[in-house]
Order: sequence, then C-alpha cells, then structure tokens
Amino acid sequence: MALKGLDIFKLTPKKNCKDCGFPTCMAFSMKVAAGAAKIEKCPHMSEDALAKLSEATAPPMKTLTIGKGDSEYKLGGETVLFRHEKTFVNRNRFAVVLSDSMNDEEINAKIENIKKVNYIRIGEEMKVEIVALKYEGNKDNYINLINKVKTSELKVAYMLICEDSAVLKEALELVKAENPIVYGATKENYKEMVELVKADKLALGVKASSLEELYGLVEDIHKLGHKELILNPGSSSVKEAFTNTVQIRRIALKEGDRTFGYPSVLFVNEIAKDDKFMEIALSSLFTVKYGSIIVINDIDYVRALPLFALRQNIYTDPQRPMRVEPKVYPINNPDENSPVLVTVDFALTYFIIAGEIERSKVPMWLAIPDAGGYSVLTAWAAGKFGGSSIANFIKESGVADKTKCRKLIIPGKVAVLKGDIEDNLPGWEVVIGTNESMELPKFLREFNEELRTAKA
Amino acid sequence: MAFKMSVQKYAGKISEVEIGAGEKAIKLGGENVMPFYSFDGDVGNSPKIGVEILDVYPENWVEPLKNLYKDVANNPVDWAKFVEENFSPDFICLKFEGADPNGLNKSPEECGKIAKSVAEAVNVPLVIAGCNNHEKDAKLFEKVASAVDGYNCLFLAAVEENYKAVGAAAGLAYPHKVGAESSVDINLAKQLNILLTQLGVKEENVVMNVGCSAVGYGYEYVASTMDRIRLAAFGQNDKTLQMPIITPVSFETWNVKESVASVEDVPEWGCQEERGIAMEVSTATSVLAGGANAVILRHPKSLETMKNLISELA
Ligand code: B12
Ligand code: SF4
Repeated sequence: MALKGLDIFKLTPKKNCKDCGFPTCMAFSMKVAAGAAKIEKCPHMSEDALAKLSEATAPPMKTLTIGKGDSEYKLGGETVLFRHEKTFVNRNRFAVVLSDSMNDEEINAKIENIKKVNYIRIGEEMKVEIVALKYEGNKDNYINLINKVKTSELKVAYMLICEDSAVLKEALELVKAENPIVYGATKENYKEMVELVKADKLALGVKASSLEELYGLVEDIHKLGHKELILNPGSSSVKEAFTNTVQIRRIALKEGDRTFGYPSVLFVNEIAKDDKFMEIALSSLFTVKYGSIIVINDIDYVRALPLFALRQNIYTDPQRPMRVEPKVYPINNPDENSPVLVTVDFALTYFIIAGEIERSKVPMWLAIPDAGGYSVLTAWAAGKFGGSSIANFIKESGVADKTKCRKLIIPGKVAVLKGDIEDNLPGWEVVIGTNESMELPKFLREFNEELRTAKA
Repeated sequence: MAFKMSVQKYAGKISEVEIGAGEKAIKLGGENVMPFYSFDGDVGNSPKIGVEILDVYPENWVEPLKNLYKDVANNPVDWAKFVEENFSPDFICLKFEGADPNGLNKSPEECGKIAKSVAEAVNVPLVIAGCNNHEKDAKLFEKVASAVDGYNCLFLAAVEENYKAVGAAAGLAYPHKVGAESSVDINLAKQLNILLTQLGVKEENVVMNVGCSAVGYGYEYVASTMDRIRLAAFGQNDKTLQMPIITPVSFETWNVKESVASVEDVPEWGCQEERGIAMEVSTATSVLAGGANAVILRHPKSLETMKNLISELA
C-alpha cells in the first residue's frame, strides 16, 4: 500500500536540517510519498522508523522463491485482482502428487508421464514444475520415494507433504539443498514446523479447518518470525475452496491485510475425487481465479494442452501483447526455388505456422508483414492485413531476390484477398492455403510435390 | 487486524431472461455479484448448459463425436430427442449449418420447418444459431422466428451488420429472445445493445455473446473483456451491459488442433476424444468463471462435468 506524505513525516526526526536536500522534513516526506525521492537521502532516520517504513511500503502480497537452479520459481507477488487492471505476474505452477502408499509401478508411471509432457508453446516451456511428495504413514517407503525422485533425473521443485515433524526432519535432510516447499503447518504442529524451516527460510504450507482459523494460525506463525508461507484455502468441497481462495486474495489486495498476503496451494486432486475432467475443470477455475500451486493426480497431454495454454494466456501482460518481428523467416533451409508463405505477426499465429511448416519438412520462406500484432482475421477486420499491405511487404522485404518461385500462399481465412494481392503484385500467383494450420503440412507436401512435377 | 470476510456490494444487477416455454423453460441471469461469489450477494439463476446439434449430418465434426451421434445425426428431430433423453441438457442449440450459401444453401422456409419440428419434439428450450453469413442469417431468422412462434427461442445472433433485421424478426415481430454478438470488446458489446434497444427490443429480451475463443487461442482477450463487462454492469450500474451472457464454447474448441488432430497425427498426445472434452471443459469453466450465464457444448461428458461443477459451486 502506498504511504501518504503525512505518514512518512511522522517517522522522520523532524529536525528540518536540510541534509536530504529539501527545506523541511515535510517537503522531503511529500517527495518520498510521490516516489520522487528515496528515503535513504535522510541520514537521520532511526532503525525503527526504517523498519516500519519498509513494512508499510512492502507489496500487499509476498513473492516467494521456491526450488533451485533450473527449477527455481517465483510465486505470488500479485498486485491486482483482475488482469486488465495491470497484469498478473507470477503464473501458477502445477504439481503432481506421489505418495508412499503408491506402488512402484504407479510411481514409475507418473514419473514417466512428468518427463513425457514437456514441450514448447509460443516460445515457452510447458511442463509440470513441482513434485508433491506425500507422507501417508510408511516412513521407509517415504524416504525411498524421495530418493527415487531425486535420482530420477526429473527437473522439478519439491514439495514435502508431511505433518509429522520427526519424519519431515529426516525427509528434509535429503532435499534441503533444493529449497523445497514444506507442507503443512496446522494449529497442532506449527511450532515444530516453523522450527524446521525457519533457518533456511523455506516456504511453509499452512492449513486450517476454516478461513478464520487459518487467519489466526498465520498470525501465530508470524509471531514466531516466519514469513514465507503458502496458504491452503481448504479442500473439503469445491465451494469452500473457491470461496476461500477468492477471499484470501481479496483480503490481501483489496483490504490491504498482509496476514493473507501469500500464495495459495490448491489440492485439486483431493477436491476432484479421481474425476479427471473435474480435475481439469477445477484446475482451470483456479488458474483463472487466484491459485498459485495447483496439485493434480497425474499429467498427460489431455490435461496439459488446455491447462498450460490457459495459464499462458491469463499470465500474458495485457500491455505487451505477444508479437514477433515483421520480416522474412527462412524455415527448413529454403533456397532460390522455395515458395513464399504469408501470415501475421501475432506471436501465437507465428509459432503455430512456423511449427507446422517445420513438421511438413518443406523448405519455405515465411513472410510476416506488420499486421499490428493481430491474428489473421482480427488483422484483416482491422484493415492491417490487406491486399496492398501484403503486396508492399513482399516487394520491400526483398524476398523476390531470395527465390525465383513466384507463388505466394495465403491463409485460407483471407481467401478473398487473392485478387487484390495479385493486382498489386504483378508476376506473382496467389495460392489459397488451408483454413486451419492443422492441415498445413499435408497441403504443403502436396503443393511441393506438384511444384516439382511441374518443373520436371 | 482481526479476521473479517471481504464483502463487495454492487448497485448493478444482471437482467433475468427467460428462454423456452412450459415446465422446462429456463431463466438466465439475475445475479448482482461476480460469478459464483455467493459470499457477496445474490448469484441469481445458476448457469445453464446446452448441447449443440446441427440441421445437417455433422460431416466436419471429429470422428469421436460422429460416432456418438451416428444413428441419429441424419435427422435433427431424432438427434434432438436423443440428446434430451440421454443427456438432459438445460437447452438444445440447433445450428443451421446447412443454410450456409457456400454450402448446402438451404432455404429459410425449409429451415423454418426443421426448427418447428425440433421445437415440437423436445421439451427443453431451443437456442437457434445461424450459419454466420450475416445476410443469410437475417433472412433465415425471419422465417424461423415465425415458424417457432410461441416457443420463446433465443436467436444467435444479431451482429452489427444485420441487427435491424434480426432484432425486428426475433425481438419485435415475434416474442423471442435476441442474441447480440460482438467481437471481444466491451465498447462493441455496449454499442450493439444500445442499437438493439433503440430499435425497440426490450433489454430483458437480449442475451449477449461477447466473443469466444478456445483456451490458448487469444483467450486472454476474452477473459479480460468478460471481466470488464461484468465489473461495469455491477460497479458502474451500466444498464447497457446488464444482459446475461451466452458463450458458444463448442463452436471454437472443436476446431483447434488439440481437438482435431488424430492419434496417428500426434501419437504422443493420446486419446483424441479426451483431448476434445478437456479443451471444451477448460474453456467452459473459464468463461463461466468470467461471467457467462450459459454455455453451449458438444460432448455429453463435458455437459456432465460442467453440471457437476455448477452444482458444487452453487
Ligand atoms: C482475440 C481476438 C481479438 C483481440 C486481438 C487478438 C490478437 N492479437 O489478434 C482483440 C480483442 C484486440 C480483437 C479485436 C478485434 N477483432 Co477480434 N477476435 C479475437 C478472437 C477471439 C481470437 C483470435 C485469435 O487469437 N485466433 C487464434 C489465431 C492463432 O488464429 P489465426 O491467426 O487466424 O491463425 C489460424 C489460421 O488462420 C491459420 N493460419 C494462420 N496463418 C496462416 C498462413 C497460411 C499460409 C495458412 C494456410 C494458414 C494460416 O492457422 C492458425 C491456426 O489454425 C477471434 C474469434 C475467434 N474465436 O477466432 C476474433 C475475431 C478474429 N475478431 C474479429 C473482429 C471483427 C475484431 C475487430 C475488428 C472488432 C472491431 N470492430 O473493433 C477488432 C480489430 C482490432 C482493432 N480494430 O483494434 C472477428 C473477425 C470477423 C471476420 N470474419 O472478419 C472475429 C472472427 C470475431 C467474430 N466472430 O466476430 N480481436
Ligand atoms: S535530512 Fe532528514 S531530518 Fe534533515 S530535513 Fe531532511 S528529512 Fe528532515
């Protein structure tokens, strides 16, 4: 929360000594409040006042760092309730749960699945980032499980789910260096739990039987001096989980109460009760609304394709739409006989089309004019992807010097542009491509085959 | 600080729109809080889920869906009855793909007859969707509106280009409900609602489609447009945005690669049918969380999942 000038003034020594470069403490305070001066400019602030200030100016929601190295992630740090107000900053992370009561076969299968689902979408890596290791009563099996995951070559952050502090202590020895999340503190065990994590400042998951109890528990943990927390809004019902997740975020951001200014962890696996599609529905719900860690039973492409895509959408910065640079991109090593394909500079469209051309293995020049960063139909409807602008780009980009082929493939959705482009681009033949990128590889292979036979 | 629930009261409220006639009629809207925020106030009528069928055999649909409907899909009446009896949706969306001038180009009269026989065959309300050719839809809806007079159907949709004809047919000449479709932009949604009301269509007879995309395909714009429309309707009490929202999720999600690609095409992706359901479920959940009061789906498993989710959240 922003501090008012008067609040800051109350913390200054009120000496009006001008050492800060301002005539009075009050004038200085006003500048600091407006963000035009730094509080460090006053050499006379007391330690206590500085601490109060940093407390008061800290963001409403804490940013936690979990994991190590390639698997280090930030959680929380959000400042708005709706993405259009500014942007959401730290995307939610997905965790797959493994437990000591699962047999080897099941554990191996899940580990394999986590390894298998790992791909690039619009230039970003899509994968499960956290493995949640749940203690269900058999300590030896639990320790074995942790060792197994450690040696599995999975690149993940760890979350230890264990309320037994004695077992947890041993388990922590194995993965402490990985900066794991520890879960969970309850009103019964929180003192021992805090003892275990405090020195290393590990993120500690907190759970309680109601929102009010959770609030009290966080306050108790604060008193012990630990402020790296992740809150479980509850998992006894969908309604409870949703209500509490929204409340926690709102109490932090709207009411400015830092007791709830922490990321959340949602055990969607428990709420969905082994119903895969309910798990997908709930994971979507909490991706849109305020989940920070979403725990699921397993991962496969059925779950990943919608969930990672949705997350990527929700966490793009609305002020910086994803665009690519307008220019001619060579794909599959095109040469002087390769045809030209045109699309827009919307990053999503570019990555989809480039990916499909690669899949077709046909060498192509991919021409991307400035289309305002819009999708094909949006750009066309906005007047930014028309016959003359495409024709001009082809002329100015010099692609005509790179290839002797005079065929230009356009998206099927803007088939109407054919005549217009040909009028503006003498000597070229416009070929209408497919509507969806899906069918592009087949289309391109057949097209290429025709080109070759025509030549021969 | 002491613990206190954060409660947000709004002046604005979404209008209540009834679709259908008789016992199975449904009501959309009526809430004065953000979606599922029962801790703030009145959540109104629970969101409704409909299933899409076509006036023609669904040639372009993916194999798993064709298999599901293969015995009934040649006849829209059989198809509608099958859906009503086996899946119990809140409503059925009959889409006139066969009216497309670039396709079968069925006449408005013929479509009117089909619509009437479907309306007579089922008890659940009907949502009538056109072929997305603005000119043709205007003519189509005129005939269909007259043919299903008395059934209180919702027509999808009036757009900027044809709102006069569609509004006059479905909202004035016959007492149906008018869908107002705009392209992912709060101001466009507002403008079309204003144009329709100026034409004489009453606010309580309009349902908005504010645009849709599958998750991953520009969905960020859909999400923020819905948030902004709902916040304006509640917070600023903007009457021109207080219509319920219907989102035809299935029109989008079954066309994207995740749902269309066969297992032979992308073996590592696994079961095609499950992928299609997952895209539909994820998108439907997201738009419901954004403020949609009704969604249209294709797969019965998606319908079942969404019904469960809604009853759990109620
Ligand atoms: C998100 C969105 C927006 C966003 C912009 C997002 C962006 N960066 O483009 C915003 C909200 C800004 C927007 C604005 C507008 N939009 Co808009 N928008 C959409 C929406 C919902 C999704 C678009 C999207 O991201 N598609 C995904 C990308 C990947 O698709 P794509 O680029 O077409 O690529 C696919 C194919 O074309 C093909 N392909 C691509 N390149 C190539 C190349 C070749 C050679 C081949 C063969 C194939 C191929 O492969 C891809 C995958 O299959 C669509 C509706 C929908 N569900 O599609 C409407 C839509 C595109 N918008 C529309 C309109 C009208 C507009 C506006 C003009 C509205 C207005 N009057 O202001 C404005 C224009 C912008 C402006 N004036 O500022 C209309 C277009 C109608 C039409 N048929 O012409 C649509 C269809 C909505 C509708 N049903 O009315 N929009
Ligand atoms: S340096 Fe500090 S004490 Fe001196 S005038 Fe500035 S604010 Fe006041």
